[in-house]
Amino acid sequence: MKQPVAWSIWILLTATAGGLVAHTMVKSDDKSLFVIGPASHGHYQIEMACTTCHREPFGGDAILQEACTQCHREELREAHDSHPKSKFTDPRNADRLSVIDARLCISCHTEHQLEYTQSMGVTLPNDFCFHCHVELGEERASHKDLNFDTCASAGCHNYHDNRALYEDFLLANAHQNWLLENPPAEKSPRLSSTLKKTASITAENSQSPEKIALYPAETDEWQHSSHARAGVDCKDCHTDKKVAGNAWIDKPDHQQCRYCHEHEAGGFTQGKHGMRLSAQLSQTLSPMTPGQARLPFHAEARSVELTCNTCHAAHTFSPEHAAVHACLNCHNDEHSQHYLTSPHANLESALTCAGCHMPLVPASGTDGAWVVQHNQNWNLRPNEKMIRSVCLDCHGLQFTLDALADRDLIRRNFSGRPEIAIPSIDWALKRQMETATPKPPEPSL
Amino acid sequence: MKVTTIAILLSSLALLSCSEEKSAGIDPKIHTDSLFAVMKADRTNYTKLVVERLGPKGAGAIQPDEHWKEIANGAPLPAQMFRAGAEAVAEMTSTFTYSLQSIWPINKQNAPRTKLEKEGLEFVANNPGDNFYGEETLGGVKYFTAVYPDVAVTAACVTCHNEHKDSPKTDFKIGEVMGGVVIRVPL
Repeated sequence: MKQPVAWSIWILLTATAGGLVAHTMVKSDDKSLFVIGPASHGHYQIEMACTTCHREPFGGDAILQEACTQCHREELREAHDSHPKSKFTDPRNADRLSVIDARLCISCHTEHQLEYTQSMGVTLPNDFCFHCHVELGEERASHKDLNFDTCASAGCHNYHDNRALYEDFLLANAHQNWLLENPPAEKSPRLSSTLKKTASITAENSQSPEKIALYPAETDEWQHSSHARAGVDCKDCHTDKKVAGNAWIDKPDHQQCRYCHEHEAGGFTQGKHGMRLSAQLSQTLSPMTPGQARLPFHAEARSVELTCNTCHAAHTFSPEHAAVHACLNCHNDEHSQHYLTSPHANLESALTCAGCHMPLVPASGTDGAWVVQHNQNWNLRPNEKMIRSVCLDCHGLQFTLDALADRDLIRRNFSGRPEIAIPSIDWALKRQMETATPKPPEPSL
Repeated sequence: MKVTTIAILLSSLALLSCSEEKSAGIDPKIHTDSLFAVMKADRTNYTKLVVERLGPKGAGAIQPDEHWKEIANGAPLPAQMFRAGAEAVAEMTSTFTYSLQSIWPINKQNAPRTKLEKEGLEFVANNPGDNFYGEETLGGVKYFTAVYPDVAVTAACVTCHNEHKDSPKTDFKIGEVMGGVVIRVPL
């Protein structure tokens, strides 16, 4: 081949490749070309909304850190984060930061490194506690022969959230039976009252008679629903209040639900079910489907799009359906498969899937009301987050610690007794006896 | 003649700029002394005007407790309040940092970590009423480091430390140095 021809082909190919890259970078919504590796289990759902985290082309650590804190700041505050950035900014920690820069989330949670990513999205070797707590074995006889890779993996400590694991809490909740004799009073969810309806409504007094006539089956379901009992009419969900003339919407999405269920919709878009719909994303993504997920799901559910109505079954809005059957329609892992035969499912008042994974929580900014936490990830990982939000409502702390550390028991959905014994309460009691402690811990923290 | 005049003018300007530069700065010792005065005043006031006045020995309206976040009317202990201030300041500026440390810490993470911290904390413990000043390089940055004595101002300070199971010293008395406030300013 003659040299000018070769040069022309080379220039043409280079220009074409460059143009494709530039087009993908600037214009195209599909930026998968630039994904350097699969994202972690916490972020893969939204990895194609690249600029949610990579906010500037040449951003660097500070820009990434800002993205982390925007989404995770509040949960870390709620968790009484044991290792906030502010613990490390003093120059006295300079030598420690040269090993692990604990001021940055990405130092421990490096993204797009799935092959190195361990539980909790940690990409460091599990003995990282060693760097700051090397002297611990000398201070605590009970810890003398422990390996540093067991600190956060044996049911004793967590880097961020130790609300149910710190020593005085263990002492205050020691000596409890596996099943508490006097569980706390049942929590009742607050009904949303944004619409301020006072009376129930039926097909006869609906303000959308033409729709009632058109959809008899839906009307029948709605008439028996909590919405009709709360006076929520067709148009309350099916018209967009942001648009002049209140245009009719055939299939209301979570934004419509948000008008009345703000806390619930907010939690939904923070969790794995709804995070692809979060307003915090840099671009709009389609709803999550089980087909996109990494857990085992029923084959027939692979293309189901997750919106509020997927679980809440439009027009019936049955809480019972949403709390168990909606989950089992999609989830097909061992833990889910064992639910219906589990002790929790067969209680007189069953503890549902949602009872643990979407528990009632105090609603922020309200007068002590409880709402369903729709972020299913809120107390999922590490599972010690579930101790105070759920387990201790009925179980003693020792049993809870043991059960949550027993992976096989979790797979069987708690059919049986824990075969693992977490020693932390015993160690705390022993140390309490060995040291002079005139002041006992508060009876209930 | 012209050359001489220009030379004199330039020299004067140079001298003026030098003196201006000098007067624009603040002696690091005065800077840290001033910062410590504010810290000490706030800490003492929180202890006496809030914790003692509203706590169990006063009106009983608040419950100062190590685990104050767990309690509806819980209030941070004075040392925790001090640390919360240090952390809040760190969020706002990096022109100075401060911390509360001791050679007898309840939390071992509050033991001295640098050679100068150890030297300073031992100095203020052994020389009541005196402060300690020095310079050290950490992470490639040179710092002016000042250590001020942290004195037990109320009975609650000594009782809590003497009775805490993690305290390595159990015979503190009111008026004694329990630790030190370490203030750093990058030079």
